[in-house]
Amino acid sequence: MFDYVWLIPFFPLVGFLINGFFGKKIKNEAVIGAIGTLAIFSSFIVSCMILLEMIGLSPEKRVFEKVVFPWIHSGNFKADMAFLLDPLSCIMIMVVTGVGSLIHLYSIGYMHGEEGFYRFFAYLNLFCMSMLLLVLGSNMLVMFIGWEGVGLCSYLLIGYYFHKKSAGDAAKKAFVMNRVGDFGFLVGLFTLYWWLGSNHNIWTINFVEIKAASHLLPYGGVVTVATLCFFLGATGKSAQLPLFTWLPDAMEGPTPVSALIHAATMVTAGVYMIGRMSFVFIKSPETMMVIAVVGAATAIFAATIGTAQNDIKRVLAYSTVSQLGFMFLAMGVGAFGAGIFHLMTHAFFKACLFLGSGSVIHAMHHALHKGHLHDDAQDMRNMGGLRKAMPITFLTFLVSTIAIAGIPGFSGFFSKDEILWQAFANPLHGNLNFYLWATGAIAACFTAFYMFRLVFMTFFGECRINSKVKEYLHESPLVITIPLMVLGFLAVVGGYIGMPKLLGMLPNYFEHWLDPVFELAGEYSATYAHKGAHLSHSLEWTLMGGSVVIALVGIAIAFTMYVQNTTLPKRFTDTFPTLHRAVYNKWYIDEIYDYTIVNPCKALGQFLWKGFDVLVVDGVVNGVANVVMGFSGVFRYMQSGLLHNYAWSMAFGVVVMLGYYVFK
Amino acid sequence: MENLNGYLIISAILFSIGTVGVLTRKNAIVIFMCVEMMLNAVNLTFVALSRHLGNLDGQVFVFFVMTVAAAEAAVGLALMIAFYNNKESIDVDDINLMKW
Repeated sequence: MFDYVWLIPFFPLVGFLINGFFGKKIKNEAVIGAIGTLAIFSSFIVSCMILLEMIGLSPEKRVFEKVVFPWIHSGNFKADMAFLLDPLSCIMIMVVTGVGSLIHLYSIGYMHGEEGFYRFFAYLNLFCMSMLLLVLGSNMLVMFIGWEGVGLCSYLLIGYYFHKKSAGDAAKKAFVMNRVGDFGFLVGLFTLYWWLGSNHNIWTINFVEIKAASHLLPYGGVVTVATLCFFLGATGKSAQLPLFTWLPDAMEGPTPVSALIHAATMVTAGVYMIGRMSFVFIKSPETMMVIAVVGAATAIFAATIGTAQNDIKRVLAYSTVSQLGFMFLAMGVGAFGAGIFHLMTHAFFKACLFLGSGSVIHAMHHALHKGHLHDDAQDMRNMGGLRKAMPITFLTFLVSTIAIAGIPGFSGFFSKDEILWQAFANPLHGNLNFYLWATGAIAACFTAFYMFRLVFMTFFGECRINSKVKEYLHESPLVITIPLMVLGFLAVVGGYIGMPKLLGMLPNYFEHWLDPVFELAGEYSATYAHKGAHLSHSLEWTLMGGSVVIALVGIAIAFTMYVQNTTLPKRFTDTFPTLHRAVYNKWYIDEIYDYTIVNPCKALGQFLWKGFDVLVVDGVVNGVANVVMGFSGVFRYMQSGLLHNYAWSMAFGVVVMLGYYVFK
Repeated sequence: MENLNGYLIISAILFSIGTVGVLTRKNAIVIFMCVEMMLNAVNLTFVALSRHLGNLDGQVFVFFVMTVAAAEAAVGLALMIAFYNNKESIDVDDINLMKW
């Protein structure tokens, strides 16, 4: 079955081509939706078969490279269209195709009645194809094709409602920030390729070959430069500090897009990339520290902003940025397996949360439309008490919220706790480890707080929507609720494959599964890891208990403020107006970027246009023409038309020439 | 030849007179006559030097020059007739259409 791995990106490509070129003629929504969903679902089936086959193999044999066709062979540079199957890519394709299929199904219901229905499914399929290229690529070039492709599809899908200026602006912002990251990725790629080639005559961009040659890479130095550049790419793609501001704006796109691209798949590309090249990243302690610090900082920064937002999708967007920060924190302390584990559980519960919010927004929109009101359907201040009207949505949403808050028994607990434990215990960064853990713990507390704030404001309490339209609120159809139920179920049980050894109930299947991928990185890290004191089991139990307590504290605060005594939020913001204003306005980061980066760029553009292009370039071109005209204006009088003038000039010329030879 | 210088000087004078005529006179026929004078001055030079050097090449060349002069006179006069048909004058200052 491994030979058929190329089918996995091929099915969505076919879906894109059919829906893209013929979608306009196929007016039937069911057909278009079916084509799109079946395409990605077929990829899911193939992925399942590949996973089952891989489980049957012994761990050393679980690496398979399939060359679809040889592509670029130019001198020393060799890049084939080839796919790499190993435990890591298996997990990724399962997540992408599985969650993708559910979201395609959901979109059939959610996007009903939209004018560009076929366009949506075409782009969604194109996105899935690019993402699958990214995770399956066996060399950096194929990965980069997917990398760029998902950025493009993100632009196309965020700007889906292109009639709205805000959507177009958000799409451009996302694409430009991604581009900055892509530049980093390319520079890193070039640096690595050039260094291995010129120093060891190993000219390759293939992951397997680089892994084999990784023992030749030095610790630090050029590896630090290359990995920092790669990490810049990851910050752009995965919305970390400083390149994260596009993600909240990306909520302009339809909710399925937010669920698929900006929660489960595209934004995880950066994490996957670090995992794929763990053996390179681990060789630079400096970069690992940068990754961990940036991850932790992003986690807490975004978490603070999320506490004050009123738009339901904005809160989820900042939550995504924050959880991605956790994943990078994990990668930065060398716990690559934990990072990927959180990637997987996050995909489940975050997709469920986004799809649930879509269900809520759909119901609100429908109700407000019926009552001819123009209130914001996404503003939580207009919601409340929806659990009676939308029980299934409420239940799945609640389950996913409990998961993200890190309550034991649900998937998020296992992955988040693993990250926090590794941040504390994995001795890569010495003293810094404690602060990383502390930041993560505080961010986890905030996470629990704002997520339950969201749940309480939306589903509990009295219904704040205009009473005229309250009766129109109803549960969403099955196409929407079935994916919610599946994802909710996964949000609960998805974590049990990664249960830590401490709890002893199940072996940690997940970690063992990914061991062969990351063990080389583990060997390298052992050479410079700080030799910490042997950490005992009781410490692990304490920290685990600590994270549970932290989560419960967050939930309790949210409960007090939004269910028991709903005047508390107002009193809080009145006591700290400046702080509230700063947090509500995202710490003014967009304004800061505008002032420091965007406006100078615009000024540079103006200067290059008015100052350089018009004055210098046009000046030179026009100047040359003017000089020629000047000369010709003088020389034309030579042609007087009078015979005697010509005769005189002939005589003069003869005299000059004779004179030259006579006096020479 | 002991009076070679005399022949050459006369030839030079004739040539100069012809040049001045070409450069100064208005009438096209007069200009043609001056051109003939210049060609004949050159003929005189050729013959004098041929006699002086004892080589007949110069005199052979004179035949060429005379032939050319005759042909050129024929062509030039035909040109002038065509021009007169057009402009009713053979003043060379009136041939001035090809100018800036």
